[in-house]
Amino acid sequence: MDNIRVSDENTEKVQKSEIEEKVLKNPKSLNDSYPRKGNDIYNTHFCAGCGHGILLKLIGEVIDELDIQEKSVMISPVGCSVFNYYYFNAGNVQTAHGRAPAVATGISRAEDNAIVMSYQGDGDLASIGLNETLQAANRGEKIAVFFVNNTVYGMTGGQMAPTTLIGEKTVTCQNGRDANFAGYPLHMCELVDNLKAPVFIERVSLANPKLIRKAKIAIKKALMVQKEGKGYSFVEVLSPCPTNIKRDVKGVEDLLINEMGKEFPVKRFRDLSKEREPKQRPVSDFSIESLDEVFGVDRSKEIAKVEEDFEDCKVKVVGFGGQGVLSTGLTLAQAACSEGKEVSWYPSYGPEQRGGTSNCSITISAKTIGSPVVEECNVLIAMNKPSLEKYSIDVKKGGTILYDARAGNYGKGNLDVKDNVEIISVPAREIATEMGNAKAMNTAILGALMELGKDSPILSQNAFAEGIKETFAAKPKLIDINLKVLEAGAKWLRENK
Amino acid sequence: MNQNQVKPYPIISKNNCKACLRCISVCKEECLKLSEEINDSGYQYAEYTGEGCIGCGDCYYTCPEPLAIEVHIPRRTRKPKGDA
Repeated sequence: MDNIRVSDENTEKVQKSEIEEKVLKNPKSLNDSYPRKGNDIYNTHFCAGCGHGILLKLIGEVIDELDIQEKSVMISPVGCSVFNYYYFNAGNVQTAHGRAPAVATGISRAEDNAIVMSYQGDGDLASIGLNETLQAANRGEKIAVFFVNNTVYGMTGGQMAPTTLIGEKTVTCQNGRDANFAGYPLHMCELVDNLKAPVFIERVSLANPKLIRKAKIAIKKALMVQKEGKGYSFVEVLSPCPTNIKRDVKGVEDLLINEMGKEFPVKRFRDLSKEREPKQRPVSDFSIESLDEVFGVDRSKEIAKVEEDFEDCKVKVVGFGGQGVLSTGLTLAQAACSEGKEVSWYPSYGPEQRGGTSNCSITISAKTIGSPVVEECNVLIAMNKPSLEKYSIDVKKGGTILYDARAGNYGKGNLDVKDNVEIISVPAREIATEMGNAKAMNTAILGALMELGKDSPILSQNAFAEGIKETFAAKPKLIDINLKVLEAGAKWLRENK
Repeated sequence: MNQNQVKPYPIISKNNCKACLRCISVCKEECLKLSEEINDSGYQYAEYTGEGCIGCGDCYYTCPEPLAIEVHIPRRTRKPKGDA
């Protein structure tokens, strides 16, 4: 469909003349057509008389004037303005309902130079997204928020919104909003004005050309704050929704000025753009070197390839939180890792910081591991009585159970186990205490396990020591004592088996 | 050509008008009217009567359709072209 323009003689006269003219027209940062479903691609999807189109133009003009189109990112919300990505010739992300501030935060932090604009309606911002809006404002994120307040949910058919005026009729409050039943209209500018961080807060109106021009000034201020990187700016825009308000052109102007204007006074709440300094945030370093440092990757170490083939070895470590259950598993996993085996470590624990049940599963394999979940294990390390009784049945035929002797005296008679399972009670605490640190009792059990498996091809004695060094890398003082306890555990098993 | 003879004028794109009447209602000079005919979308559309535009831009700013209205405001004479 081509646009047919209506012109007259004067038009032609000027076009032929040598007069330079100023032309008020579609800003450069808005597209010239909006290809989408259907063939009406030169018109917006908005209803006749909708305020969104006016605001789009104002934002577009300001983007042009500030010359920030190349670094602008528009966040499209859910609601009538969902299609912003058709209209703006700028970066665009369409977000989940109410989540625009979170996405905007991410973009503005990842791309410090970007001008991030979050464009949201009253349902999106003041209802489902209220928390994120206030949190983002309170953090003083470098984003400009354009909050379009038309007092109803437009897209879904005119339901009551948080901003619906007292007495205003919508399809979900057909006798008018009753404050006793549905509360009072939410004043977003006033709410945001309670926070310290925001730099610029203003409420504007699209009622008539005079107010529209004032709105443009506010939008320009808000985007200047972004251009200078000073922080959060919030512009609430009172906007007409003739379709759902069910009023004509004069009727919506009257509503905007006399009814909405009284409930939501049009004014500048805050402008700290002169006082505030540009926000400096530390620059993120995603270079391979710095990531290697964070994750402790040593690229000079050669990764040994597993040549021999062996059956998967599955180990479960069970006990109370705080007994070193998870770190025992990690030590074992690190030990396997140091020999270049495939390994998985899979923790599972309750919500308690201390004292809750805790367990972890370790799989050591010659091949890539599919699932880290261990149902039946070859070795069970139990640190206390309830865990021992609960998990003993999970040990495969011919497997081994190692448990802390303090759990009690267990054998095949009083423990629920499969055939040929070896049950070993290790006086772990005594061994560790003898060496000087009772807390290292889990390492004593590992030592016993090391001695048990000394003839197996899966882990060498050296691997266990490597595992301990790796696990305690952040607490080097503990490495020596744990190595001693490890050896003592092995010695105990040699002498007592 | 005499500069004074050239007046500001709007160009309204017929098929972009949705007949919301915002421009017509705000035009102080009352130089916009609703057409008798309908456009491709089935709306009557805003038309310039051909006289009276003072180039205030109110219709442009109040129009919700970005592509519907342009306002041309003469400024000053262009530099004469090389061979003119």
